[in-house]
Amino acid sequence: MEDTKKIRVLIAKPGLDGHDRGAKVIARALRDSGMEVIYTGLRQTPEQIVETAIQEDVNVIGLSILSGAHNFLLPKVIQLLKEKNAEDILVISGGVIPEEDILGLKEAGIAEVFTPGTPTSEIIDFIKTHVK
Amino acid sequence: MDTIEAVLNGNKRSIAKLITLIEEKSHDAKEILKKIYTHTGKARIIGITGAPGSGKSSLVDKLAKILRSKNKKIGIIAVDPTSPFTGGAILGDRIRMQDLALDEGVFIRSMGTRGALGGLSKACYDAAKVLDASGMDYILIETVGVGQSEIDIAKLADIVLLVMVPGMGDDVQAIKAGIMEIGDIFVINKSDKDGADRLVTEIETALGLCFEKKELKPPVIKTIATEGYGIEELVETIDVLWEYLTKKDYLKIKRTNRIRQEIIGLLTESVLNNIMTTYSEKIEFLVEKAVKRQIDPYSAAEIIIKEKSL
Repeated sequence: MEDTKKIRVLIAKPGLDGHDRGAKVIARALRDSGMEVIYTGLRQTPEQIVETAIQEDVNVIGLSILSGAHNFLLPKVIQLLKEKNAEDILVISGGVIPEEDILGLKEAGIAEVFTPGTPTSEIIDFIKTHVK
Repeated sequence: MDTIEAVLNGNKRSIAKLITLIEEKSHDAKEILKKIYTHTGKARIIGITGAPGSGKSSLVDKLAKILRSKNKKIGIIAVDPTSPFTGGAILGDRIRMQDLALDEGVFIRSMGTRGALGGLSKACYDAAKVLDASGMDYILIETVGVGQSEIDIAKLADIVLLVMVPGMGDDVQAIKAGIMEIGDIFVINKSDKDGADRLVTEIETALGLCFEKKELKPPVIKTIATEGYGIEELVETIDVLWEYLTKKDYLKIKRTNRIRQEIIGLLTESVLNNIMTTYSEKIEFLVEKAVKRQIDPYSAAEIIIKEKSL
C-alpha cells in the first residue's frame, strides 16, 4: 500500500477571491480517495501556482475560482505550464463558471470544468481516468 | 545521464522528478543517488519539530527569508501525515510559505509520511541528499506535528530545533524522555502568550538537570514567528551552534553515526527481503506450526537463521 505510486494534486485558488470552502471540500474528498493533496491557500498568482506544481511534481492542478476572472487566470496557468515544458500536468477547474465560458476554457487547455453541484466522486473518477 | 547533471546544476524540475522517483522506490532513483552521493555533505541540515500548530511552518518561512537575505540557497522539505486508512494526505505546510514560491533560491517539497511513524517519511533521507547535491546551503526539514516520541529527525538533521508553545503542560512535561532529549535549540514560539517566561524557566531548569556534564546547554530562544520576532537571534544561535559542532568534531560524530545507521538499515532491509523471498514457504509452514503450538516463535526464527547460514 505505502509503496505504490500516488496521484499528487495541487489544489490552488488563483486570484483575489477569499472563499476556500469549496477548495477544502475537494481537497478532503481527494485525500479520502487516496491522493496526496498539496493545498496552498488563498490568493495565488498563476506564476506561484505553476512554480509550486513543478517543485511538488504534481500530476494534476485543480483550480478553484469564484471571482469571475477565470477567463484571464486559467488560460494564463496553461500558458505558463507550456513555457516551463510542463504541459503534461492535467489542469482541471471548478467554481462559479458560467456555462458559456466553459467551451473557451477547454479550448485553452483546461481538461474539465466542474461547476457547483458536481458530486466529488465524478471529479475523483475523472482524475483517476486521465492521469497516466 | 542528463538527470544527474541537471540535478547537480540545481534544475528544479529534475530535482522534483527525482524526489518522486525516490518516493516511488524506483530502482533508477537508487542508481542516480549512487552517482550524486559524492556531491553531498555540504549543506547544513536543520530539523524543525514540535507539536501540531506550534508554528513550525511559519518559523521555517521566516528562517528561510533571513537566510535568503544572506544569499544562502534553501531547500525545504515539509512533512505532513498520510492517512493510515486511505493512503491519502493533505499537505498544507506551504500555506505559510507562499512568499517563497517564486524565489529562485528556494525549493520546497511537501511529503506525506506514507506509513512511517517517526515524524518523517522514508523518502526524506534521500530527498535531503538530492537537495544537498543540488547545491543548497541549508536544508530545512519540517516534521509532522509530533507528540512525545517521534524522534526520527534527530537521525537526519545536524541541528534540531524543538518548537514549543506556552500552555501545553506543566514542568513535568519538560523532564520527560523522548522528544525533549533531541532538541539542540529550544524555540519558544508564540511567546507573546501567557506563560512563555515560565516555560522558558521550566525548560532551562530541566536542561540544567539533564545536561550538567555537557559544556553547551541547548539554548532557549523566544520567538513570535508570524511577526518575525526572535528569528534573527535564532539564526545567529544556529550559526554559533554550528561553529561549536564543527570545532569540537561533534558534527563529524553525528554524521558518522547517521551514515552507519543508514548502511545498517539498508543491510537489514536487504537481508530481510532476501530471507522473506527465499524462505516464504518455510516461514508459512512454521507459522502454521506455531499457531498449533507445536513450535514456539523463537525456535521458528532460529530454524530459518540456521538454514540461511548453511
